Amino acid sequence: MPPSLAEAVHPAEAPAVTRAPRRRPTTARRGEGLAGYVFLSPWLLGFLGITAIPMLFSLVLSFTDYELLDSWSDVKFVGFANYHKMFTADPHYWHSVGVTVRYALIAVPLKLAAALGVALLLRRDRRGNGTFRSLFYLPSLLGGSVALSLVWLAMFSRDGAFNAFLRLFGIEGKPWANDPDWALATLILLAVWQFGAPMVIFLAGLKQIPNEYYEAASVDGASRWRKFWHITMPMLSPVLFFNLVLEVIHGFQGFTGAFVLSGGTGGPVDSTLMYTLNLYLAGFTDFKMAYASAMAWVFLAVLGVLTAAIFSTGRFWVHYADGEEN
Amino acid sequence: MSRVSAAVRLLILLAVVGVVLYPLFWMTGSSLKSPSEISNNLSFWPHEFTWSNYKEGWSSLDVVFGRFFLNSALIAGATVVANCVSCLVAAYAFARLKFRGRGVFFAIMIGTLLLPHHVLIIPQYLLFNAFGWINTPLPLVVPKLLATEAFFVFLMVQFMRGIPRDLDEAAKIDGASPYRIFWHVMLPLARPALVTTAIFSFIWTWNDFLTQLIYLNDLSHYTVPVALRLFIDSSGQSSVGPMFAMSLLSLLPVFLFFLAFQRMLVDGINTTGLKG
Repeated sequence: MPPSLAEAVHPAEAPAVTRAPRRRPTTARRGEGLAGYVFLSPWLLGFLGITAIPMLFSLVLSFTDYELLDSWSDVKFVGFANYHKMFTADPHYWHSVGVTVRYALIAVPLKLAAALGVALLLRRDRRGNGTFRSLFYLPSLLGGSVALSLVWLAMFSRDGAFNAFLRLFGIEGKPWANDPDWALATLILLAVWQFGAPMVIFLAGLKQIPNEYYEAASVDGASRWRKFWHITMPMLSPVLFFNLVLEVIHGFQGFTGAFVLSGGTGGPVDSTLMYTLNLYLAGFTDFKMAYASAMAWVFLAVLGVLTAAIFSTGRFWVHYADGEEN
Repeated sequence: MSRVSAAVRLLILLAVVGVVLYPLFWMTGSSLKSPSEISNNLSFWPHEFTWSNYKEGWSSLDVVFGRFFLNSALIAGATVVANCVSCLVAAYAFARLKFRGRGVFFAIMIGTLLLPHHVLIIPQYLLFNAFGWINTPLPLVVPKLLATEAFFVFLMVQFMRGIPRDLDEAAKIDGASPYRIFWHVMLPLARPALVTTAIFSFIWTWNDFLTQLIYLNDLSHYTVPVALRLFIDSSGQSSVGPMFAMSLLSLLPVFLFFLAFQRMLVDGINTTGLKG
């Protein structure tokens, strides 16, 4: 093979171009390696400049005492002091961890259960199902907005719609969104309200299960309950797994609702101090950029471990039909 | 299914519809009620219709609310264009071109899909601060020009893998360069993926709060979500009506997109698991 154009311009990359003997080399093929990098260059620049290097920078920063507006020449390395303080001397920190875990632990299963339940009702092709599906999906588009969080706040305030509803039954409610015991519950409800997105994914998974399985089970006299546990759940497990990973990651990052509901404080009495809100307050209200960076890295590590843990349990309960992946 | 269980099923579904839509109807009704009626009238329907909430909400802050809509629209519009161009270009490299390191880069790109955004807000803030970009829309738009929304890159890669290779192979045999193939084959064929990207880019940017909150500090630069937040700082009963009115207006664009593209939106999350 004669030396290609790509080799002349980009010698290091040439082997990738000239390797691939399977296809007949054409003139177009020669420029492909170079073209690959040309097309990839915006992404590559973004990955290095806006993701990878800043991330590493924040890791370094987390071992310093930098605060916003500090001059860089005064910055000192303080070793693990930020991490040490976080784990041993900052009650807010552990409190926010507790709030976040409680939120995720309750909201994610409830949301997935609602999504699966409604998906099961919509699985057979019936008139109107398309409309139901779209309507149920609508909250997933709107629910993450400040506007909807404000509506939620108003709905669960003392004079809100929820208390007006309770009054119909003679119950005098409380200002739920402003009550330390109930504020997080209203946030969880806001998350569950957005069950539509995982529901749509469940529906797609349900449609993939061959009807013959159910017919065969019926012939054997299986009850509806047994069919659900022995056919639907195993066949749906890859989709459930996918939804679980997505919702856990999403759940731990909840910010807007908590911010709006508490007026940006995490209150009342820190009851809605989600991890990300605490991080925001440390960095952008207290200007403790180094401390916030340390918080961010612990967050990343924990989410990584958690995702890995979910993946590793997956082989016990996720069943892949041969060759099928999701 | 028997008649009874079909009726039960329908009843449950209608109840869920009620729960799902109630907050939206309640907001709409409340935005048209007088302050005293908002807390006392449970029904959607106002006894007496009033537009005063809209008038007051529009002009009760030092800057008219229209300004915030304009800011939001400009940022969302620029983000749509930036995402469509940069993600399509990157996706073409991943899906169709052979070059050294492609597999590794692709794995990294998938890895960034799961990366929590919060890890990046502090260092990115310091970076853009060093550029003097705080209080401008640049930190919100420029990263999108660099294909940092991995979701859309992934979506387009998946889409392009579904386009028959015969088409670009034929063009290649005719001597077309990768650039010509991109322009004349991929770009026209990738239209559906571009539309999905555009719609989700718009909705996500329109709803985004954290980044806009961090970078926009000046009232006249505020976007709609950042401005809406001001209604809770002054949370007297009287501001609830205007808050509803402006909240409703702010949800309208997303709602209209939903009406126009519902099939596409719902199918879009099917294929990629995109979040709403």
